[in-house]
Amino acid sequence: MTATLTPGAAPNAPTPSSPRTRLDDPTPASRRRRFDWGTPFAYLIALVMCGITVAPVIYVVINGFRSTAQINRDPAGLPDPWVVTNYLGVFSDPNFWTQFANSTIVAVATTVGVTLLGVMAAFVIARYQFFGRTFLFSLFTAGLLFPLTVAVLPLFTMLRSFGLLGNLFAVIGPQIAFALPTTIIILVPFLRAIPAELEDAALIDGAGRFTFFWRVLLPLSWPGLITVGVLAFVASWNAYLLPLLLLGNPATATLPVGVQYFSTAYSQDTAGVLAFTSVAMIPALLFFTLAQRRIVGGLTGAVKG
Amino acid sequence: MALTTTSTGSAATAAGPVPHTASPRPPRSRQQTRGLLLIWAFVAPALIVYVTFVLVPVALAAVYSFFNWNGLGALDRFIGVDNYVRALTDPIFLGAMMNNGLIVVLSLLIQGPLAIGIALLLNRPLRGRALIRTLIFVPYVLSEVVAGLAFRLMLPPGGPFDSFLTSLGWAGDKPLWLADPDVAFWTLFAVITWKYLGFAIILMLAGLQGVPEELSEAAAIDGASWWQTQRHITLPLLGPTIRIWAFLSMIGSLQLFDMVFILTGGGPLNATETMATYMVEYGNGRSQIGYGSAVAVVLFVISLAIALLYQRFVLRRDLRGAITRG
Repeated sequence: MTATLTPGAAPNAPTPSSPRTRLDDPTPASRRRRFDWGTPFAYLIALVMCGITVAPVIYVVINGFRSTAQINRDPAGLPDPWVVTNYLGVFSDPNFWTQFANSTIVAVATTVGVTLLGVMAAFVIARYQFFGRTFLFSLFTAGLLFPLTVAVLPLFTMLRSFGLLGNLFAVIGPQIAFALPTTIIILVPFLRAIPAELEDAALIDGAGRFTFFWRVLLPLSWPGLITVGVLAFVASWNAYLLPLLLLGNPATATLPVGVQYFSTAYSQDTAGVLAFTSVAMIPALLFFTLAQRRIVGGLTGAVKG
Repeated sequence: MALTTTSTGSAATAAGPVPHTASPRPPRSRQQTRGLLLIWAFVAPALIVYVTFVLVPVALAAVYSFFNWNGLGALDRFIGVDNYVRALTDPIFLGAMMNNGLIVVLSLLIQGPLAIGIALLLNRPLRGRALIRTLIFVPYVLSEVVAGLAFRLMLPPGGPFDSFLTSLGWAGDKPLWLADPDVAFWTLFAVITWKYLGFAIILMLAGLQGVPEELSEAAAIDGASWWQTQRHITLPLLGPTIRIWAFLSMIGSLQLFDMVFILTGGGPLNATETMATYMVEYGNGRSQIGYGSAVAVVLFVISLAIALLYQRFVLRRDLRGAITRG
């Protein structure tokens, strides 16, 4: 996967897992010869990039601590004094907690569903010869070309006729289905790499194929499962179009839709909108920080743009 | 139940599903048939969900597109290709297609080189490298809604962004970032770049990890400059990553919806309309499901054509039939 240098590590010491590990001389003579202006320049660019990427986030979080009057007086100022009522308002809003719970249920169900269904299908596609195997794989990978936008109107009429509009299942099912292609594409090579000898050994020891799958293969494929799980979770947590069309009103919506409702309903309360927006982004940021390396690793496989 | 019997029954035999590495197939036996059952039991759940929620709706969209239908009542007003004619002669939809096309091209021409350049620069031992990568990646992880709202709150006339520009020394009037039809598209493109550049950089950095440093060291010893090394050694080896990124970027640009919908709603005066916002506006907002579906099919055909052509002529070596065979 991706070899990262931890912040504390000495800048020139390659990590043991890095492909650039050199046993002899960690700083080659060619590089020591004269001062390398590239490095300070790289720091400068990194600083500018990080500033640009983070500025909007910081703006939203900080301004959530100001009153709307303060914001109107000086749009780019700092809180003076710091006001916490906006955030308290968000946390005492029952709609926020409903939407938070809905987002959590949808994201967890989607993640578990797509990981489980994906690994089962990828398992047989990766490891067994049977009639229709290549066709199945092509069918699933072709899913990358079916954008959600194309399916969303028929999904709307379909689920309405089942009476499922406003029900969380209406979002979970399609989200699992649309995450399956990426999941299977990432998992198939992963599962194929697990040596056949392990399977033979398990079978000789009396384990069945199912036992092999459950007791040997699943534990071995944790890294791959975590990668696809994290990708599915983040995609689901951030999803907007499907919940917007299929869930409708604020009481049944997920957080992204709820934030959008709130911002239109209380457009005069700028500070309140800022606070709601910043609270809504915290879960994704937190989750990402925890799973950062997994996501970055998974990206090398495939991801929707 | 059948699963457990099969698993014990076929134990320790070469019959049943053959592991991938095993060569010639043994003749079909009863155990092998049971193995097939097991295989389909594993595939069936994924297949059912996939067919129900992906293939059937896409097929339905194709059917609806030939009808004048508001989504309620019987599907009985067949109007042939009228919906397609209407879409392809509507200047607003053609403008939306143009916008999508422009975003595709601009993304490839601006975001691509920018991401590659920054990644090449950052691909050296830097203190706090993990932190830098995390921060660069932040916009990609935020939901489009949250990011779009943040920008909408920062960009009103006289808002925080304008004050920031004033403090940098720009005293005069600022453009109306989101309200001026001549400016809004470029604002949108800047925000999209903000949102997705980090993803491109991280992807390129991941690709660069696969380029052995020994090669650049050998080139440096042979007297190659930094630029020559990047141009003739690193970039060609980064080729597969760049090609995959370009593919994802094109498909993503064609399907752009969330950010536009939040930031401008397609306005002002349709200046930022995309095919997807147009489709939702007609299909959902005005309940013209038939017409919206025709728009969706057009969007799908364009994506498919680009994907297949790209795969045929560019990705062939990298993917080896992952999307289509041959």
